[in-house]
Amino acid sequence: MSEKAKIRARAAALTSGFEAAGAVAVETPVLLPAEALLDLYGEDIRGRAYVTSDALRGEQMLRPDFTVPVVQMHMAHGAEPARYTYAGEVFRRQEEDQSRANEYMQVGYEVFDRENPAASDAEVFAVMQEALKGVELRAATGDIGILAAAVAGLETTERRKRALARHIWRPRKFKALLDRYSGKAEMPASRAALLAADDPMEHDYPDIGLRSQAEVTERIDGLRADAAADPISPLQVELIEALLNVRETLPNALEHIRDLAVDMPAITEAAFRLRDRMHALEAHGVDVETLEFEASYGRTSMEYYDGFVFGFYVPGRADLPPVATGGRYDALTQVLGQGREIPAVGGVIRPGILVQLEDAA
Amino acid sequence: MTIKLGVPSKGRLMEKTFDWFGARGVTMSRTGSDREYAGAVEGVDGVELVLLSAGEIPRELAAGRIHLGVTGTDLVREKLGQWEQQVAELATLGFGHADLIIAVPGCWVDVDTLEDLDAAAAAFRSKHGFRMRIATKYHRLVREFLQDSGVADYQLVDSQGATEGTIKNLTAEAIADITSTGDTLRANHLKILSDALVLQSQATLFRSRKAEMDDAERAVMGALLERLGLDR
Repeated sequence: MSEKAKIRARAAALTSGFEAAGAVAVETPVLLPAEALLDLYGEDIRGRAYVTSDALRGEQMLRPDFTVPVVQMHMAHGAEPARYTYAGEVFRRQEEDQSRANEYMQVGYEVFDRENPAASDAEVFAVMQEALKGVELRAATGDIGILAAAVAGLETTERRKRALARHIWRPRKFKALLDRYSGKAEMPASRAALLAADDPMEHDYPDIGLRSQAEVTERIDGLRADAAADPISPLQVELIEALLNVRETLPNALEHIRDLAVDMPAITEAAFRLRDRMHALEAHGVDVETLEFEASYGRTSMEYYDGFVFGFYVPGRADLPPVATGGRYDALTQVLGQGREIPAVGGVIRPGILVQLEDAA
Repeated sequence: MTIKLGVPSKGRLMEKTFDWFGARGVTMSRTGSDREYAGAVEGVDGVELVLLSAGEIPRELAAGRIHLGVTGTDLVREKLGQWEQQVAELATLGFGHADLIIAVPGCWVDVDTLEDLDAAAAAFRSKHGFRMRIATKYHRLVREFLQDSGVADYQLVDSQGATEGTIKNLTAEAIADITSTGDTLRANHLKILSDALVLQSQATLFRSRKAEMDDAERAVMGALLERLGLDR
């Protein structure tokens, strides 16, 4: 059997497993309108996806993942709750590493359900784990929601919290902002000069472009307010850093996060959700005692996961991409639903990696 | 049985390249009429001059259709993925200096750094409903640079020429472009961000790692590089 046929067969087996778990098989187009994807993911996606175009439909993108078309399809005419499965090629532009595939198969399982998020999270993880039974893999889990809650609970201005929340997915930038807001890093000289000026709006340039002078003034007012605001306290910064460093088995991580919640009451709810999820995972037969939890996990992936995140990795093979990844993406459904939203969680498996492992065995 | 040397086909870049080689005893000239893209090399036997657009030289080197080529570092890095594996830098030629920078309207008195640009982009997106547009032809270099610098909420829009005019024409809010003196930027009421030097480029002699050579061609390459005073 050719490699491709093997992968197709593996994908078909995975799909029927997901159907047995209650999912309805769906299809999506391979060519997607680029605009929605670009608006959602920004330039990062353009660096990763193939963009093409015609004179009638404009820019189209070769499907970089299934999440967006499946969410759009569900929002357009899906009944709730819903479980979907799909299998097909995704395309990822590779400009730096020729050994990485630019076309590969994904098989997914997505749950749209408002009732019990912890149960849905656990269900998706358990269904993935079951599908991967027999393959030696290491599972990693995390929860972007805990960090988001910690940021929302900081004793500082709303403006700073918004800026930090916006950069949760860019760890270096997040750290730089935290340093700035806690007074650890000084403001750039040009900003100090701007704020010290009698009339910062006095300049010799004509007003050009779409960004108006009123918007410039508005930002200067914001910078002034920021300069006047108290720095974020060293204790709060320490707590955030302690949270980011949590990396242990799930039960220990939960204990640790509950301890942190004593000084960071804002994460209490998120800690309860973590506990509920752990119990739900146990109820699905997942061995939580050995399950790894890492508070920073998922921060460098694409910025649509906003709660539970997970991945399955081949131990000792850092050269291979994860065999499976997934997570919760409630915010994405809000953006795509234009006012409507539906909590959603899902994951994908790459059958190609499984076949590669089985061939090598 | 010749080594192919790709050289920009017109303008100052061509003249300066001819001068650089000439100063090292390798005389290049255009042959035929002014409009014909043909050339000759004297001083070393077995070298064929190929006149090409500077923008196509990286691709020709990567494809191995020319053995050597003169073009800007900016073009090589923009057009070739993993460029070090496809071409080798033999010598920087000391002309064609240009910086790839990011510029914004001078009337944005609140924006001087990438941090400012990121904050302005966030506010712009929430006010106007779309991502701040940065016009450029250097998509890959600029995208990687901005990603690395933690700038979000922007989009790149393609501009193959007259990029400085896009802001006034309301097709972009900022630009990323090559500048040597900054005169065109100033004339278009733009200013350069203080910490956004994406790349410093100059004309450079590259050797293709992909072009095949037989023994005779290797000897020609050796003789040429020796004449130019370059280690192989």
